[in-house]
Amino acid sequence: MAPLLSVRGLKVHFPISRGLWGRDIRYVKAVDGVDFDIAPGESMALVGESGCGKSTLGAAVLGMQIPTAGTISFAGEEVRHGERQTRIRLSRDIQTVFQDPVSALNPKMSVGDSIAEPLAIHGVGDAKSRAERVAELLSLVGLHPQHAERRPNAFSGGQRQRIVIARALALQPKLLILDEPVSALDVSIRSQILNLLLDLQRRFGLSYLFISHDLSVVRHFADRVAVMYLGKLVETGPTEAVFARPVHPYTEALLSAVPLPDPVAQRARKRIVLTGDLPSPANPPAGCSFVTRCPLAEEICRQAPPPLVKVGEKQQAACHVRAYRINEEGTIAWAED
Amino acid sequence: MTGPVLDVSDLSVSIRGNTVVDGVSLAIGAGEILSLVGESGCGKSMTAFAVMGLLPKVAKIDRGRVELGGSDLVSISEERRRLLRGAELAMIFQEPIASLNPLMPIGRQIEESLIIHRGVSSREAKSAAIDMLAEVGIPEPQLRYRQYPFELSGGMCQRAMIAMALICRPKLLIADEPTTALDVTIQAQILELMKRLRDETGTAILLITHDMGVVADMADRVAVMYSGRIVEEAPVETIFASQRHPYTRLLLSTIPRLDGQAKTELPVIEGTVPDIGAWPAGCRFNPRCPVAGDKCLTELPALAPRPDTGRAACWHSDRVEALV
Repeated sequence: MAPLLSVRGLKVHFPISRGLWGRDIRYVKAVDGVDFDIAPGESMALVGESGCGKSTLGAAVLGMQIPTAGTISFAGEEVRHGERQTRIRLSRDIQTVFQDPVSALNPKMSVGDSIAEPLAIHGVGDAKSRAERVAELLSLVGLHPQHAERRPNAFSGGQRQRIVIARALALQPKLLILDEPVSALDVSIRSQILNLLLDLQRRFGLSYLFISHDLSVVRHFADRVAVMYLGKLVETGPTEAVFARPVHPYTEALLSAVPLPDPVAQRARKRIVLTGDLPSPANPPAGCSFVTRCPLAEEICRQAPPPLVKVGEKQQAACHVRAYRINEEGTIAWAED
Repeated sequence: MTGPVLDVSDLSVSIRGNTVVDGVSLAIGAGEILSLVGESGCGKSMTAFAVMGLLPKVAKIDRGRVELGGSDLVSISEERRRLLRGAELAMIFQEPIASLNPLMPIGRQIEESLIIHRGVSSREAKSAAIDMLAEVGIPEPQLRYRQYPFELSGGMCQRAMIAMALICRPKLLIADEPTTALDVTIQAQILELMKRLRDETGTAILLITHDMGVVADMADRVAVMYSGRIVEEAPVETIFASQRHPYTRLLLSTIPRLDGQAKTELPVIEGTVPDIGAWPAGCRFNPRCPVAGDKCLTELPALAPRPDTGRAACWHSDRVEALV
């Protein structure tokens, strides 16, 4: 199946110092050469720590960031977010749900007006048909259609996130960018919203780009996962495969750092504790970006950045030490190496 | 056997007449980690603030005792409480950057309590602060000693906070969501650090969190709070293995498991947490509870011993295991 979204060589760089006379420009390479596809009806999770560039990548797909280099194609057509017409057309197909539903809704607008706003901007229908659509959307996300007149402050956090989801669905998009959609919600509410998103995906064949740092949610929710570190993808693959057999040492450390909600299993497992912090994206290390924290680093890792290569059926990793060893031997050696 | 380090009994706190903590009792022994679990508004942070004597002005303690090493913190003067804070009890918060003084070098903030409480000379304090920075795993402690909070990353600021909290070797450390604002690899570092310091100093830790993974990793015992009350309390293995309150049962079941079936429908807890001041009559969980009966609508259940170990506050705790 042809991909719905196809991203190739995407870079988003931010200039941080222009120096004297505009020379000597330095950049924060927030996204630095990323390739991935999302098929219709598929969810891909983007995981990584704060500052790794995952939200900037989402914003670039959404057209809120103009890429420095690379291409984004949607349904086979190259997207030029710089062009107003394309951007308007694409905003029907690509919508977003942010982390914090409180700041995502205008407190002075009724929730019905908020949900109808994208319809009004795109000139869809008249006031009456829009009101009908709002009622339909509200019941779709499990809220009462009569509540359209209320302001956001009449709703709880979980209900507000339902309203944000209803608004995102108003124009019948094909792709939703979900940037930490449940992180700001109470624990007892999260599973309600995750169930709703899974149900909507099944009913409308939606594709999701799911940005999250919560790996147990990612494991439950996503078909594929891409692990990002300092602006680059270091591992991608089917969620099941990546979680069962992480190849990149960063993926492995990330997975082992998430405490399991099971005291017996959690205390029996060996945690890989990485030393140090994420290096500054303005001054990434030469060679592999993970070299400063990597327990396996060798000389070559300090010299050249490793390419993303095939390490399994549909799994790819960018690691000089592991990925190459696996490739040469044609088998995957997971044990101590 | 010595008594508990912290012994809270029947603590109630209200804000402008609305009860936020309602008859909470808990005890922590030396070297023990007790996890207080619950959602926003359940009263877990207010319980911690009451223990610290740091309640906001609008809040007041209506009744109860908070005993630290045998003396009641509720009835002593603010003067004496201030002497205890920093020396005998210390607290770390969720946002390390917001909790540090941005205009004072890290080292000065760490040594401050040592100078105030232990009366050491500033030279001794400086060397102790640098040792402490090294102990919490901050590289180049001499350099960091002179730096300001903005020059440190979030993980390093949290380490500095821990150094500050532990430099006087307090009997009790209260950690309120200490890793919620941090990335998982940094969280792993901080949790390891807290465990190591607990082992070395025997500090009792009250760990407030909503992350069941952190609880499973860290806690010796768990107390679950809902709408101002402790609804269940038991050793960590016991409470994860079997639950005698439906809220605990459902809360644990709604979390996706790393070894579970993906993309399935997760169990949910219907409804939302009731607002403070609008708690229902009877058991406060009754509007969301799948096993609630008539009695639950009118009578508030008290904590009663579980059949094995621990306590639960549910009229129908025998029906809980059949849920989900």
